[in-house]
Amino acid sequence: MVNMAVQIGGLPLANPVMPASGTFGPELAQVFDLNRLGALVTKSVTPQYREGNPLPRLCETEAGVLNSIGIPGKGLDHFCVHAMAEWRRFAPPLVVSLSADSVAAFAEAAARLAGTPGVAAIEANISCPNLEEDGRAFAMHPHSAAAAIAAMRAACTLPLWAKLSPNTADIAAVARAVEEAGADAVVVANTILGLAIDIERMAPKLGAGMGGFSGPAFKPIALRLVWQCAQAVRIPVIGVGGIASAEDAVEFLMAGASAVQVGTASFVSPNAMLNVLDGLQAFCARRGFARVSDLTGLALPGRMRPAAE
Amino acid sequence: MHPVVEATARVVDSAPVGRRYHRLLLDAPELSAASRPGQFFHLLCRDGAGNGPYLRRPMSIWRCGPGRQLGFLLHVKGRGTAALAALRVGERLSLLGPLGQGFRLEPGWRRILIVVRGVGLATLAPLTEAAAAQGIAVQAVLSAQAPEDLMAAEFAGDSGAAITSVFDSDGSSAVPAVEAFLRARFEGADRPDAVFTCGSNRLFLLLQRLAAEYGIPGQIALEQQMGCGLGMCFCCVRQIRAPDGTVQNLRVCAEGPVFDLQAALAW
Repeated sequence: MVNMAVQIGGLPLANPVMPASGTFGPELAQVFDLNRLGALVTKSVTPQYREGNPLPRLCETEAGVLNSIGIPGKGLDHFCVHAMAEWRRFAPPLVVSLSADSVAAFAEAAARLAGTPGVAAIEANISCPNLEEDGRAFAMHPHSAAAAIAAMRAACTLPLWAKLSPNTADIAAVARAVEEAGADAVVVANTILGLAIDIERMAPKLGAGMGGFSGPAFKPIALRLVWQCAQAVRIPVIGVGGIASAEDAVEFLMAGASAVQVGTASFVSPNAMLNVLDGLQAFCARRGFARVSDLTGLALPGRMRPAAE
Repeated sequence: MHPVVEATARVVDSAPVGRRYHRLLLDAPELSAASRPGQFFHLLCRDGAGNGPYLRRPMSIWRCGPGRQLGFLLHVKGRGTAALAALRVGERLSLLGPLGQGFRLEPGWRRILIVVRGVGLATLAPLTEAAAAQGIAVQAVLSAQAPEDLMAAEFAGDSGAAITSVFDSDGSSAVPAVEAFLRARFEGADRPDAVFTCGSNRLFLLLQRLAAEYGIPGQIALEQQMGCGLGMCFCCVRQIRAPDGTVQNLRVCAEGPVFDLQAALAW
C-alpha cells in the first residue's frame, strides 16, 4: 500500500491531488465524492462584489483554453457567511484563494478568513492587478509579491500559499521573495497571458481582450517553472499547469513539486482528478515507492535517485 | 448515487436530417431514463479517429426516457458538430450529464403552446412527449427558412402535437403574421396555460410581450457557449431579471438552461 499523504508547510493532506482555483466548485460533487481529494481550493474570493468580465470569457485553442472571467463573485462577507456553510460539508482541508487590489486589502481579507471557521489555508492569488502599481500584477515583481505576502503573514497565522505567475522575468526571484516574506508554499503557476483573434470580426475572441492560457499546451512551461522554483526555495512547491493525467502529475512531482493541482482538464473530464490520483498511486506501486512524497524532486539536478528496481 | 455521470455510450444511429441537421442516437439506458426535457449533455466532440475540438459542447436532449435511446438532433455548423456527425454506428461518444434545470409542467395544466425556430425544436421535442404523457395537449408553431428545413416529425414524435408551420420563404414566419396567430390562440377557447420557446431572439421577444399582455406563464431554454458545463467556470452567464427587478448574471449551465420567459433578456 502506497502512503499518499503529503505535508504542505505544516498542513497535512491525505493525498497530493487538488483542484486549481477557478476551475472547481462544490458543483463537482454532482460527479464524484470530493472527500477523495487531498484539498479543496475555492475560486478566488475578493473583498467586494465583482461583476466579472464581458463575454466571451473563454475560448479554446488546439490544446488548451484562454480565459478572462474577471473573478465574478459576491465578495468576502457573502463568502464567509454563505459559501463557507456549503464548503464545510466536505472533509478535505479548504484552501481559500484570495485576490485583492492592494496590500492593505490583502491583509484585511486574510485576517477575516483567519477568523472564519473551516478555512485551512489561504492561497494568495497575487497574479491579479495591483492598483497601487498601475495595475501590474503583484506576482510580476519580487518586491510587490513580497509586500502582499508579508502583510498577510502579519495579519494571520493560517498557512499561506503564494500562487505565482508565469508572467514575470525571473520566477525564482519571486519565489525567494515570497519565501522570505513568510509564505508556507508556492503554487506554480497561474495561467500565462495569451491572445486569440477572430479574423472575421477583426477583434480579440475574448470580451476582455487578453486572457490567461491553460491546458495541455501550457504544461512544458509550467513544469519548467516548477523546476526553477524548486531549486530556489526550501518551502514546498505545488505544481499546476496542464496536468491531465497521472503521468503529467508524476512529472511535476519529479520536477520538485510536493503536490499538484488539476484545472482545465476537469472541463474536459470532470473525473480527471480522480484519474490522476488513482494513476499516481498505481505508478508508485508499480515502481516500488512506499510514499508518493518520495517522488518529489527525483529529476532535479544533483538529486540522489533510488537505485533501479 | 451521483446525479451527473461522465460516461461513454455506443452510437446506435447516426444519420443526416434534411440539409443541415444530423441525428445521433445512443445506447445509454440509465442516462436516458434519468434525463428530463430541457436538460442537456456536455459532449466530447471527437470523431471515430479522435479528432475534434478540445472542449466539450453542450447539446440539448432531443430524445430521452425509460426504455428509450438517448438522442440528439444537431445543426452541423462547426468543428464540434461536424465531428459528432462523422460518428458511425458502433463508435463511442463521451458524454457528461444529464445537466441543468429542465422544463416544468404544472399539475392542472391542460394545454401548452410551443414556439420554436430551427434546431431549437430539438430542445422542446421531449417536452411534447412529456406533456402528452400527462394528458396535456400541445400546440406548436414551428418556424423554418423553407419547407425542406422543417422537421415536424422530429419535433412531434408520438406526442400528437398540433403543428402550425411558418416559413421565411413564403413570408408566413414574419413577426406580424405569427403575432396574429398567437393572439387568436390566446383570445380563443383553446388559450394555453403556459408557453415555451427556444431558438430565436425575434420569436422570444414576441412571445415574451404577448405572454405578459395575456398573463400567461412561460419558459425559455437559452443557449450559451460553455466551458465546464457544471457551473464551475462562470463563462456561460446570461443576464436574467430577478423578481425584484434587478438584473443578475446567471449560469446557463447551472441555473438554466430553462428560465422564466419574463426573466430572460434579449440577446
